[in-house]
Amino acid sequence: MQLTLEFGGGLELLCDSKKIHNVNVELQNGEDKLTMKDLLSWVRTNLIKERPEMFMKGDTVRPGVLVLVNDCDWELSGQLSTSLEEKDVVVFISTLHGG
Amino acid sequence: MSEIRESDNASRIMAELQSLKEAKSTIDNKIGLLEAELRDIQNDGASSNGLSPEMIYRYSRHLLLPNFGVSGQQNLLNSSILVVGAGGLGSPALLYLAACGVGRLGIVDHDLVELNNMHRQIIHTETYIGQPKVKSAASACRSVNSSIQVVEHQEALRTSNALEIFSKYPCNSNNNMAIFFCFNLVFLIFLSFFILLSILPLIHYDHMFTIMWILMISMTEHFVRYDIIVDATDNAPTRYMISDCCVVLGKPLVSGAALGLEGQLTVYNYNGGPCYRCLFPTPPPTTACQRCADSGVLGVVPGIIGCLQALEAIKIAASVGEPLSGRMLLFDALSARIRIVKIRGRSLQCEACGENSKFTQQQFREFDYENFTQTPLSVSPLKLNLLPNESRISSKEYNEIILKKEPHVVVDVRPAHHFKIVSLPKSLNIPLSTLEARLPEISSALKKEEEDNIGVVSGSSAQLYVVCRRGNDSQRAVQSLQKMGFTSAKDIVGGLESWAHNVDPNFPTY
Ligand SMILES: [Zn+2]
Repeated sequence: MQLTLEFGGGLELLCDSKKIHNVNVELQNGEDKLTMKDLLSWVRTNLIKERPEMFMKGDTVRPGVLVLVNDCDWELSGQLSTSLEEKDVVVFISTLHGG
Repeated sequence: MSEIRESDNASRIMAELQSLKEAKSTIDNKIGLLEAELRDIQNDGASSNGLSPEMIYRYSRHLLLPNFGVSGQQNLLNSSILVVGAGGLGSPALLYLAACGVGRLGIVDHDLVELNNMHRQIIHTETYIGQPKVKSAASACRSVNSSIQVVEHQEALRTSNALEIFSKYPCNSNNNMAIFFCFNLVFLIFLSFFILLSILPLIHYDHMFTIMWILMISMTEHFVRYDIIVDATDNAPTRYMISDCCVVLGKPLVSGAALGLEGQLTVYNYNGGPCYRCLFPTPPPTTACQRCADSGVLGVVPGIIGCLQALEAIKIAASVGEPLSGRMLLFDALSARIRIVKIRGRSLQCEACGENSKFTQQQFREFDYENFTQTPLSVSPLKLNLLPNESRISSKEYNEIILKKEPHVVVDVRPAHHFKIVSLPKSLNIPLSTLEARLPEISSALKKEEEDNIGVVSGSSAQLYVVCRRGNDSQRAVQSLQKMGFTSAKDIVGGLESWAHNVDPNFPTY
């Protein structure tokens, strides 16, 4: 499945300082859909190069990270159970505090 | 001898400059107040819409906007906005809010203006370096628009004062302000009386007292609180505190943040929309909360977000357009991208604004935000103390070692881009993150130093010292160096900041 993943607010530092990743995520055997839960573990294995605890806590993102699926808060689409479709754009952004 | 005389001269000049600057600011204040008083006297000829000829001229470009017009401007003039933080975000926000004619503009900050603020905190001028930011910002706002009321809150926001600052008029603030406040109140009462009298023939007599009463109430309302809060602060605990305070008092919050080359903006607690805690119920780990003073920030980035904060505050105050509630603006300066995303609504489970757990004023006063976020409210830099005294030397002691030409190697563990800004002579840059992999470089540097000193200095082997910016990473580095066999490694207490402070005043700090 072709997806565009974006990292911001400093999270890009965990994946080679690259903000936009066009990726192809293979569906697991027998599965016909990809959920955000699957995508998170794929990202953790394939994209996160350092300090995974800065990205995830347990099986979800750490506090202070907003997840947006097609420019919409994943809280509105079912969080981890959100199912993804071809060409979806998923943004992971760390909240900023500076000023 | 001549050095002593020079430093005496310098301090005399500095003292004289300081006293002249103080005299100048007293005179400037007096001029501003007199000008405002004169303008009030001259502005008696207000037209039927309540705008004086001078106001009509000053705000003419607003009045010409069909979607804003007289009613938008009147709403602005009757509104009161509090900006917390007169830094990178607060600077442009305050300037625009003052210029556009917000009736009362409050500023909260406890910091002093520093030279390293100037690249982004554009409200301050060099003249104000070393003086309170609130004073500097208020004076800039008054010089842009002397017809509005600017209130200075020169204190750090705490749970003990936030409710009072947000919702009550500061009775103990300076006298001039109190006089100005009374003068305005009397003027408004007089004005409304005049309007009432002129429409008297049109209304029934016993309705008049009701109308008068409503007018009085609405005016007291107007003078005892801020309608809108702008969060222009720079740390997580303060952001939670401001949001909770807004929830408790039912005030909309225009929240902006910027770091590096990115910015974020949204409006919380507006018209049934989410609060900060709805979005971030659990605080992030402290390691995820970077500060501009450590990570850097391109000056114009908070400037852009601060301008957008002023815009959102103006829209709410003037009741025009659609405020950015339930949505968030994400700004990426490097790729020139602005993304506006839909965020969750008010959460029923929210600890602050949820259905079952409405935060009370008492709970707010007692809440420990520093403990909640594991971050101090004031952004003073961390001072670690990881090493025993025998593994540390002061910057002055290190200076002695240089002067005595004792054989040694100094390793600077800052990131490479920091090292490029400034470094100690002959220091070897090995960033902390690469330390383990580059141990052989340290061994060979020590060996070379010993060989170079054979016959020059007798006996002792070359010592290893570690330095960083403020003396925290150097301790972490010494801890791991000692574990990896460099048992006599020592750190320089307080790092380069201490060097600049105690040894070489001309050494640049950043
Ligand atoms: Zn809430």
